[in-house]
Amino acid sequence: MKKRMLSIMAALCITCVTVLSGCGASGDGKNGQVIVYNWGEYIDPDTIAMFEEETGIKVIYDEFETNEIMYPKVETGASLCDVVCPSDYMIQKMIDNDLLAELDFEKLPNAKENIGAQYWENSKQFDAENKYSVPYCWGTVGILYNKTMVEEPVTSWSILWDEKYADNILMQDSVRDAFMVALKLNGYSMNTTDEAELETAMQALIDQKPLVQAYVIDEVRDKMIGGEAALGVIYSGEAIYTQRENSDLAYVIPEEGTNIWIDSWVVPKNAPNMENAHIFIDFMCRPDIALKNFEYITYSTPNEAAKALIEDDDIRNSSIAFPDLSQYNNLETFSYLGEEGDELYNELWKKVKSN
Amino acid sequence: MINFIKRFYIGIIFIFLYAPIVTLIVLSFNASKTRAKWGGFTFNWYVSLLQDEIILQALWNTLIIAFLSSLIATLIGTAACVAMQGMSKRMRTIFMGITNIPMLNADIVTGISLMLLYISLGVRFGFSTILLSHITFNIPYVILSVMPRMKQLNPHTYEAALDLGASHIHAFFKVVFPDILPGVLTGFLMAFTMSLDDFIITHFTKGAGIDTLSTKIYTEVKKGIKPEMYALSTIIFMTVILLLLVINIFGKKSAQKAPQKNKGGIKL
Amino acid sequence: MNRKKALQAPYLFWSIMFIIIPLCMIFYYGFTDKTGAFTIENITAIATAEHAKALWLSMLLSLVSTLLCLILAYPLAMILSGMNVSQNSFIVVIFILPMWMNFLLRTLAWQSLLEKTGVINNILHFLHLPALNIINTPTAIILGMVYNFLPFMVLPIYNSLVKIDGNVVNAAKDLGANQIQTFMRIILPLSIPGVISGITMVFVPALTTFVISTLLGGSKILLIGNVIEQEFTRAGNWYLGSGLSIVLMIFIIVNMVVSSIFDKDGEGAVL
Repeated sequence: MKKRMLSIMAALCITCVTVLSGCGASGDGKNGQVIVYNWGEYIDPDTIAMFEEETGIKVIYDEFETNEIMYPKVETGASLCDVVCPSDYMIQKMIDNDLLAELDFEKLPNAKENIGAQYWENSKQFDAENKYSVPYCWGTVGILYNKTMVEEPVTSWSILWDEKYADNILMQDSVRDAFMVALKLNGYSMNTTDEAELETAMQALIDQKPLVQAYVIDEVRDKMIGGEAALGVIYSGEAIYTQRENSDLAYVIPEEGTNIWIDSWVVPKNAPNMENAHIFIDFMCRPDIALKNFEYITYSTPNEAAKALIEDDDIRNSSIAFPDLSQYNNLETFSYLGEEGDELYNELWKKVKSN
Repeated sequence: MINFIKRFYIGIIFIFLYAPIVTLIVLSFNASKTRAKWGGFTFNWYVSLLQDEIILQALWNTLIIAFLSSLIATLIGTAACVAMQGMSKRMRTIFMGITNIPMLNADIVTGISLMLLYISLGVRFGFSTILLSHITFNIPYVILSVMPRMKQLNPHTYEAALDLGASHIHAFFKVVFPDILPGVLTGFLMAFTMSLDDFIITHFTKGAGIDTLSTKIYTEVKKGIKPEMYALSTIIFMTVILLLLVINIFGKKSAQKAPQKNKGGIKL
Repeated sequence: MNRKKALQAPYLFWSIMFIIIPLCMIFYYGFTDKTGAFTIENITAIATAEHAKALWLSMLLSLVSTLLCLILAYPLAMILSGMNVSQNSFIVVIFILPMWMNFLLRTLAWQSLLEKTGVINNILHFLHLPALNIINTPTAIILGMVYNFLPFMVLPIYNSLVKIDGNVVNAAKDLGANQIQTFMRIILPLSIPGVISGITMVFVPALTTFVISTLLGGSKILLIGNVIEQEFTRAGNWYLGSGLSIVLMIFIIVNMVVSSIFDKDGEGAVL
């Protein structure tokens, strides 16, 4: 037994050493480093390699799953970073709490030139003077459905309450997104803090729960492709990907309106490499790079120059990737509701979940 | 008949334990990128795995953290066990009580408490915080596997060695250490395995730019696992199996040479 | 004497720094509110309907899975310990081996197996058998718990069974005990320490998991682990999260005390 343990250990050590010698930790690039904190799977890794090669700046890349996970880490400085990519309402919260540095747009020529005017306009909802953020991706939230499983035309959020589709519905597992669906269904604003309206929405979500197969975030993509469910609430960027994999799927923006979201690059105040952060953001706004990212992650790009470079007509004119927003009513962007608002939402959401 | 039932039972449990693993291995050869569809047989993921620096870096992090943390934990833990031998009963109870805290506490509580500590100390999250945390939850595994060996030890042999003129250190390594070695090794292995498999504590104590395989997979779960990950776990799994087979063959040979001590197997 | 001090110093330092102080931090956060004032609200919050229900569900699911683990593991450990000596360590390792596959991937694999269009249902469909619909239900969570924690039950029981001196068993038989008597009077009592530590090692992680319920329960079932995790990572309310952690800790300590009453020797034979 003793001998055997010894040999197990020896074998383990040998494996370790072999693996260890194979790849070593790499230090800074010749022009320093930039720490990027982004959503999971939200960038084409090739563009990072290109950036490192062209600028000699080493990219330290980390990912987060939700805005809420990212926030305390940046706030406490527990993980210092130079560039972050939060969503609209979180940017507003970070501005409110004085966490962000003003950007020097002189150093961001590509951003000024290539990002479409309408996206700067939309950004004003959370970054009033366009001082802190550069749009990276945007999109809508809608219903993805499987044409072989849903017969009637899908036009309204109310189909997610149809008992015919019990156990065939996938909901978003995040407070704001789930409440957005219920609030819009009832004709309320998705930024409401009115308790009566929120109670109604909560009741709607509780009523819906028995019909829901699962609350998921991005798994909705794999599940819809595999035909696990008939209907799912999904981000438009994921919808393009799923259609590519399974042609039975279709995406609709419901008539009651929905969420227009923007994820933008921002630089925290305590960023150690302010200069490199600007270089990175500007690099991401270069048309060829933005195009590469669009093709990889399939989320709509606000980069007009990149859009013009898309070769496939179907995608360039796709109503999913680039919808004509004037056709829809009641489109809104999330805004930060303050600490009390957040708490109220969280409390109600917990009630839904534990019911 | 009884033998057949035994085999059958082991077989059932075996299937239960290995069905998901077979699934993962099959998925690593699936040409389609999504878990849900079978797109034909391919070796592509193995090829692209070797070029995927991010996954390889995560693998390196996982292994080096597992190795360092279990090594340091083994040193500290073994030293503590030796020290505990000379303690009063009360002190020893307190010591063992503290040791039991990370074992009995929920991983989530341990992870969070460490996160709060690092934040309040202003330590930057990264490699070192993960390493420190892993050492912390590894030490108890070492202590709990060395302690029983320590108790079985005959203190007189150690004193005899001293009487015969051996220095403390010499006596320890000649007399005590060989006897507790199996415990030390099991502790090390246990710690290594726990560190490899840990997700929750790493999740709360990691910083930007560093990922172990577990945290990498967790971010990927939300977005759809990259098939390279299946390929990697298949490789790891196969390596371990191969090692075990080799060891078993060697082990059998040495077992035949050295007569086994009384193992006291129970036969019903 | 100094030598002894030098040996215990690293661990003493380590346990104070990384076990005691962090625990104090949890207690600090658990008993304060946002303004830093003392409060017990975070502790009493366990009594609200949502939290109490989550805790109750966690207790129920983890008790059921601990029991299932015990029922599955005891015969297995028994069979294993009775096997040929030169094989048994290999076979035991076979049962730990799955732990070398990442825990998240293993659990995710169960998702692939159990899904409506998953592997098992495809096989059942092929055999013209009715479909199995347990994904996103408590049953699936229990299955995930049993699967992930079974080795923690098998190992301690196996170890305590192997330690039993064969001569004792033979003596009992010589004295005329039949198999059932031998088992009830000799083997079972001697294996109790292993059973106890197995129960602790399964019950605690099962009680506090949040990953299994997310992956196999479709986030429809809120366990206490999920509540705490969400307070920290989503809602950003560390005070409430810490308060609930303290409650969880108390539950586990109670469990520990109860089991230590059975395990009088204090020989929690984990390994």
